[in-house]
Order: sequence, then structure tokens, then C-alpha cells
Amino acid sequence: MLYFSRLKIISIIVFCFSLIFFSISNFINNEDFFLKKKVNLGLDLQGGSYLLLEVDKNPVINQTLQSKLTQVRNYFKKKEIKTFDYKLGKQKVLFKSNTNDQEKILELFKNDNELNPYFDVYKSNQYNVELIDNIFELTLTKYGIIEIEQSLLDQAIEIVRKRVDEVGTNEPSITKSGSNRIAVELPGLDNPDRIKSLLGRTANLTFRFVTQNTDASFGSEKLKDLDTGEELNVSKRIIISGDNLIDAKPQMDNINNETVVSFTLDRLGARKFGRATKNGIGKQLAIVLDNQIISAPVIRDVIASGSGQISGGFTFQSATDLALLLRSGALPAPLDIIEERTVGPDLGEDSIKAGVLSLIIGFILVILYMIYKYRLFGLISNFALIINLFMLLGFLTIFEATLTLPGIAGIILTVGMAVDANVLIFERIKEELKKEKNKVIAFDNGYTLSRTAILDANITTIIAALILFVFGSGPVKGFSVTLSIGILTTLFSVYYIARLLTSLYVIKNKNNKVTIK
Amino acid sequence: MTGKYLFNKYYNLSNIISLILFIMSIFFLTFKGLNYGVDFKGGTLIELRSDNTNYKTEDIRGAFNKLNLDDLSVKKFGAEGDYVIKFKRSDLNEPDFIKNLKNDLDNYLEDYSFRRVENVGPKVSAELLQDGVTSIAIALAAMLIYIWFRFEWQFSIGAIVAIFHDVIITLGIFSLLSLEINLSIVAAVLTIVGYSMNDTVVIFDRVRENLKKYADIKIFDLTNLSINETLSRTLITSVTTLLALLSIFFFGGEILKGFSFAMILGVILGTYSSIFIANPVLVYFKVSQKTLIKEED
Repeated sequence: MLYFSRLKIISIIVFCFSLIFFSISNFINNEDFFLKKKVNLGLDLQGGSYLLLEVDKNPVINQTLQSKLTQVRNYFKKKEIKTFDYKLGKQKVLFKSNTNDQEKILELFKNDNELNPYFDVYKSNQYNVELIDNIFELTLTKYGIIEIEQSLLDQAIEIVRKRVDEVGTNEPSITKSGSNRIAVELPGLDNPDRIKSLLGRTANLTFRFVTQNTDASFGSEKLKDLDTGEELNVSKRIIISGDNLIDAKPQMDNINNETVVSFTLDRLGARKFGRATKNGIGKQLAIVLDNQIISAPVIRDVIASGSGQISGGFTFQSATDLALLLRSGALPAPLDIIEERTVGPDLGEDSIKAGVLSLIIGFILVILYMIYKYRLFGLISNFALIINLFMLLGFLTIFEATLTLPGIAGIILTVGMAVDANVLIFERIKEELKKEKNKVIAFDNGYTLSRTAILDANITTIIAALILFVFGSGPVKGFSVTLSIGILTTLFSVYYIARLLTSLYVIKNKNNKVTIK
Repeated sequence: MTGKYLFNKYYNLSNIISLILFIMSIFFLTFKGLNYGVDFKGGTLIELRSDNTNYKTEDIRGAFNKLNLDDLSVKKFGAEGDYVIKFKRSDLNEPDFIKNLKNDLDNYLEDYSFRRVENVGPKVSAELLQDGVTSIAIALAAMLIYIWFRFEWQFSIGAIVAIFHDVIITLGIFSLLSLEINLSIVAAVLTIVGYSMNDTVVIFDRVRENLKKYADIKIFDLTNLSINETLSRTLITSVTTLLALLSIFFFGGEILKGFSFAMILGVILGTYSSIFIANPVLVYFKVSQKTLIKEED
């Protein structure tokens, strides 16, 4: 195992140098440098905010079932099958039919794609139908719910992205997490209050008339007026909604000297708004945001231009936020913030300092100890260790991995454990030197005989690291990344760098005295 | 020919001591339990720094006490003026919570800032705990299978008993000292599993080699010989790993303290158990030269 062909030596050198080259790009601040890749710092090191949002799917499921109820009723009316007693149960739609129609209804639910869509991908229908005590129970299947979740998540993530982008934070990362969650990472943001309050609102805007008539055909509901604090009876009929808005911005109203949000409607919205204001002169028009009335002005004139103003005792900040919410659109479902982690930039900086300091100290201690234990071979092992660290950093750079505080701990641990393989080899060589006169053979045996132990030992550590990678979250994942890459670079540095140097030394001193202390 | 030091003389004694420690640890884990951090228990953690050096822990605690928070704990955290405050919150979905908290706190404290805020909802914390437990269980199972694959089943049991010993006693000490269990402790435990395994495997590898080499040495002495032959490696690696870990413990900052402490315990226990736990198991199972031959047929 001591022989290296010239080609091999050259490849090793080229490989090491290219990784060292990659690692160095982290220390150079030259924009023209053709390699701009760098190791990303985790939020715990550079400071920033992490939010995990969960889409609350239940309101949407209820809505879906509500409209399904109407659809099913109309469907059977068209088919001239008598169905009745429609009810919305908990996560289900209930209805009855005449007994002799029951078979037919079940058959239709099985086969008619219009009534119960079939998803090829899942090999499943959207709804499940059961007949219990002569009552039909319509529930969403597992895949029906997944379908809803997915489209919800897709819509929600778009809106979240728009809102975060509008605030203008530095390189935000917004990703799906699981089937119903969104992870938002905001580097450099040490106070996420504003983002949180922006994401915490659905921003469902509607314009509806205030009505005295409690049993109007569309129904009405009592809503609270945020401005005056009184409760108003508002019709459920929606004149225009946030979907009709094409722009919104905060503005200073010079007449009343207050901040307002001015908006522009699309063509359809403008037409509807014009008609409503024409018919409703003298009536109160409620501007409802997330089931709360912002203001309810009395219509004095026809508004046909398709633009208007919302006033409601805004500060400039709250008007700006409302305009932003209206521009980005309404969330399809409420979002719950289920996890939040914020690290201030100064703490991140302190963590980097402490991490680097402990790395340097740990490194020096290990290096001194190895020289003390093995002299020249300690030096060889230390040289391999240094190259090892650069290679580790080089790989992290190539993969643009994220370095976290536990990740730094993983690197330091690598320093401590990396010498293990060399120790195993050197100890074995010592044993072999006692038995074998020919030094080259003794060294060769030392390498060969220690190999299985080294592989077994490192594979077990890699198994632990990989499991941590799969199950770990956040910063801890960074630990498993540095630890696993560290093991690989360690094996390389031991078997190619340290072994190469050892072999060069041993072959040169074939006939002199060679000892490992 | 059994090696310079007679470790095998102490197999029984060390096993009794380990058993006592193990039972005590189980006792603590059952009756005292672990001190879960917000990662696993849910709630809010705030790291606060105050530039006002006149404040004492009681002043900070007093100020937070006035805010009517559930399950409040206030502790010093590393450097002078740094504190960690933890409390429970029923509703995470109040976007202005921290803002309001700061406003209220301004009445009682000055010259302070929040350096770190962590809110973990009950759902997430339950999942994180489950993931942590699952990952440790899978790691143990994977190790068991790997060793079974590479060695004989007796070796596999020996290694697993040793790892269990290390993990349970480490957690027992965490329970005894009421040290916080958070995500990084799970990482530490998994690394301990890897390290302890690593140590055991090196000795086992030598035991297997010696079983093939010496037909006439009984397993009791053979394990001792193997331990001796690999002893300097075991010690040197433990020392370098401990040097690195001590460096993290003393200089790596407060956040890594728990992690490095768990690792230091684990490395010491792992080194001990690979000698005094894993090897006696081979003796109890009467592993012999035949064990290997049978397998090769």
C-alpha cells in the first residue's frame, strides 16, 4: 500500500488544490473572482428570522363542502332524482333520497366524473359516499383533502412571497415544508413583528351594503366597526372584493388631513362599483376586511371612475400595510405561525467569534498533542489534517451548504476524530515494526491491517450522521452535513495525503533507522 | 499472553458499578424526568442582554413576574448581563405578542435588548420530540444491523449494550443535574452513539483478528489482549476528541455548552464502555474460535 504511481500523485495534488482553491473563495471579497460561491451562514450565525407557517385548511374544507352541497342538489334536480334534507355536518354533507333511488345514486357517485371527480394520479375519487341509516354521507377522501391542501399551499405560498417581497427584506427564502406548511427564512431581520402581522392576516376585502333588513335573500351578519366600535348589520351580498383591485397605495388626504388608502379597480370591478353606487345613493357601504368593518361611509355620489379611497383612522404605517396587503391579494386560508426563531445579528457575530476561537484552540491542542505523541509522523498527520479542513470547507463551498453553529461544532469534532484513523495506522505500524525487519513491509502491513477497523469505525459514524440529516431540523442539520463531509475528507486525507507523505519518507529512508515514537 | 494491564480482572466490578449507574439513571429518568427546552416542550425563549450592570437576576425575574406569564423561568446565561427567560404561551398566533411584551417590559427595565427569541408551538414541539426519539431509535437499530452484518450476533449485542449504557447514563446525568434537553442534545446523543460504536468496533475488530490468530487463548484473556493492543489508540483518540470538545465547552459560547457537555460525558462513557461493557458481553456469551468458524461454513 505504499506505492503511488506518478499519475496518482499528480491527481491527488490537483484534487487537493482545486478544493483548497474553492475554500479560499470564502476569504476573498473580490467580485471579479470567477468563483463567487461561498458557504452560506445559517440564521443562527448571521442573524435573522425563521417562521414556520401552517395553512389552516378547515375553513376551506367547509367552503368546499358547502359548494359541493349546492352542486349535488342541482345535479340530482337536473337528473330528476328526488333528494332532500340536505345538511352540512362536521366535515361532511348529509342528504336523503327515496329508498328506490339509493342504488342509482351510489352508482352515479362511483362512475360520474362530474359528480365525483376521479384523480388518475392517486387512483382515487375526490369524495367518499356511504349510506348509513338511509342517509347519504359525503366526505372528502384522503386524496381529496391532499388535493385541496396542495392547491391551498400553492396559492398561499405565492401570496406569502408577494407580501415578503413587498416588505423588501434581504434574500428571503420561502419554501414548502410538508403538505401544509411554509417555511420563511429572513436573513438579517432581527425584528419580524411587521412580517408576522402582515402574514397573520388573510386580507379578505369586501364591499357590502349595510342593511336594516335582517332577512334579505342573501342573508346578513352583524360585524363590528373598528372605527366607531358599534355593530352594524351587513348584507352577505358582495358587491366587489379584493380580487377586483389592481392597485392600492397609501395617500395623504389634504381635505381631512388624514392618511387614506387609495385604490384602483379593474374594469369589471369599476362597472359593478359604478352600478352599486348609482343604486345605493344615501345607503351606507361597509368596507369589510377579515370580518371587521374598516369604515362604512354613506354613498353621496356615483363613483364611476373605478377608483376610490378607504379612510379609517389610519396611521401612515397602517395605511402602508393595508395597501401592501391589498396589492398582494388575499390568502386562500388563514396561516398560523407555529414556530418562530429569531437571532439578533450581534448574537450571530458573537457565535461566529466563539465558534472560530474554539476551532482554533481545539485545532492547536490536537496538533501539539499529535507532535508530542508521534514527532515526525505527527507532523505528517497534522499536515493531512490541515488539508482536510480546507477540503471540508471546499466541499461545503461547492455545495453552497449552510454553515450553522452546530455545524462549526461538527468541524471541531472532525478535527478531534480525524486523527483517529492516522492513530490507528501509526499504532499498527509500531506493532508491525516490532515483528518485521523490513521497514517498507512493516509500514505496508500497518496500513493494510488497520483498514477494516478504520472503515467500520467511520461507517458507523456516517450512519449516525445520515440519520441526523434525515430527522434533524434547522441548525442541527448543519451539524450532520459537516460531520458527514468531514468523515469523507478525513478518509481521503488519511489514505492519500498522509499515506503519500509517509511512503515518500519511508522509501527514502529505507536503510536508515525509522521509528514512530 | 494477555497483555500488560489486566482489564479483565475488573469486568465484574465494573459491570456492577455500571449496572448501579444504569438503574439510578433509569430511576431519575422515570421519577425526575428530563428538563425539556422549548424545542420539545413548546413555549417561548428569550435571550436578553442588559447593559445596566446594576441588575441582578432577581430584578430581571421581578420585571417578568409582573407580566403574568405562565411557567416563567429566568436564568443567567454565560456573560455578565445575559439572561435566558422561558415561559409558556397558549396562543402563538398573536403577531404583536413580542412587541407588546417589550412595551410592558419598558415600564420595569431599561437598557436591554432581545438577542434571541424562539417560539415553538405545541404541535411542532411534539413533532420535534418524536423525531428526536425516532432518530435515536433508528440509529441504534442501524448500528445493531451493521455490526451483525460485519461481525457475529454476540458482538452486535455487546456493542448495543455498551451504547445503551452510554446514552442512558448520559441522559441520567442530564436528569440529575436538570440540564436542558434541546435539539442539539439529540445531535450530541446521536454522535455519542456513533463514537461509542466506533470505539467498540476497533476493539472488536482486534478480537476477531486474534480469534483467528490464537487457537488456544480463551475469550476472557483474548479480550484483554485485544484491549491492550488497541489501548494506546483508544486513549489517544479519546484525548484528541476530548481536547476538541473541551475547546468547544470553554470557548464555543453558551449555546454550545450543553452539546459539548453531553459529548464530553459520552466520550468518557464510550471509552469506558467499549472496554468494560462490550468485552464482558463477549465473555458472557462464551464467544470462541468456534463462533467464527461456524459462521464461515
